Amino acid sequence: MSSHADVERRLGELLRTHEEQVISRWTQSADAPRDELTELYRAILRAIEEGGRDLADLRGLLAELSRSRARAGYSPAETSKAVFGLKGALYEIVVAHADDEVLRGFIRFARLIDDLGLFTFEAYAEAREKIIMDQAEQLLELSTPVVKLWEGIVAVPLIGTLDSARTQVVMEKLLETLVETGAEHAVIDITGVPAVDTQVAQHLLKTVFAARLMGAECVISGIRPQIAHTIVTLGIEFGDIVTKSSLADALAHAFRRSGVQVSGGPATRVTVRAEQA
Amino acid sequence: MNAEREAAIASSADVVAVRRLVRSAAIEVGLSLIDQTKIITAASELARNALVYAGRGEVRVHVVENGSRRGLKLVVSDEGPGISDVERALTDGWTTGTGLGLGLGGSRRLVDEFDLLSEPGKGTSVTVTKWAR
Repeated sequence: MSSHADVERRLGELLRTHEEQVISRWTQSADAPRDELTELYRAILRAIEEGGRDLADLRGLLAELSRSRARAGYSPAETSKAVFGLKGALYEIVVAHADDEVLRGFIRFARLIDDLGLFTFEAYAEAREKIIMDQAEQLLELSTPVVKLWEGIVAVPLIGTLDSARTQVVMEKLLETLVETGAEHAVIDITGVPAVDTQVAQHLLKTVFAARLMGAECVISGIRPQIAHTIVTLGIEFGDIVTKSSLADALAHAFRRSGVQVSGGPATRVTVRAEQA
Repeated sequence: MNAEREAAIASSADVVAVRRLVRSAAIEVGLSLIDQTKIITAASELARNALVYAGRGEVRVHVVENGSRRGLKLVVSDEGPGISDVERALTDGWTTGTGLGLGLGGSRRLVDEFDLLSEPGKGTSVTVTKWAR
């Protein structure tokens, strides 16, 4: 009966002698760059020669491979198949040199590759999750700009679904901008919000009241007919909050309130003058 | 046509998914823009109720026909604590949660048919229908 060490030594030898051949086969089946696989191959070889105890280097390499493939848009199956491909590549060599030790070695090797394949899959999933989370965060940032419409008038054009997380971001950004710019008028435009249910309405109301506490007057604009219908039927009351159907109306309202007058027709120059307070 | 679609509700992202599902079905049935928005909003309220009060639930979307009229029927069900006083739950402004207390009563007004079945300790099932005009 040969010991584990003998089996590993024999397997290591086999992998070392036939390195070129195995890597060539592997490259064919795995659809991956040869130098990447060579690096991986050497790391696996080292791990086997060291008795398969220290897999940290190997895992690092695999995690890197998984990450780059997740970013490049490979499927998880394709990614782990690249690792599993090594079994097939080695199989031919094993068949040609089949003896007791080699076969036992191959079984241990196959188990190692299975573990590594699963690890690759996990690393891939993690990398993908991270990408999705990054994108969600970016989206959250992107989708809530606070824009300055005029001196003292800011607007938040809301697009998409308002959930608690987004409302929080919107509210914080709006209040921060109110402080930074000293604006006294804010317009929340919901043209891009597909449906206003009681939760969205509640979020909007809270934002308006918070802005009021900071001394700013909020107008909600972009209330389309179907939204108005729904709000009335639901029985939501906006109380004394000013609402307008379009952003233009809201801007005109804010102009009136802040004493800005707009004069001139479409063909003439538009002149604006702020009344002295 | 008796297409039926299902969606599970387990997170607030699922509530958004329910809205999308109902929107596509409502367009298919030929509801007007206003009626689409109403049934979507009702679905959103009921799905969120299931999520908030029962932790999870499910929505089944049926396309129904009555003579020449087509409509959309939604069944939102959960296995939560149930509603002990249905009349009160349907009263505007009444809530045991932190919302506005308009969701359930408002949903009833948003749709053409509203049927609420609740058994304390067993769960709640709300069936609503909106007919195309």
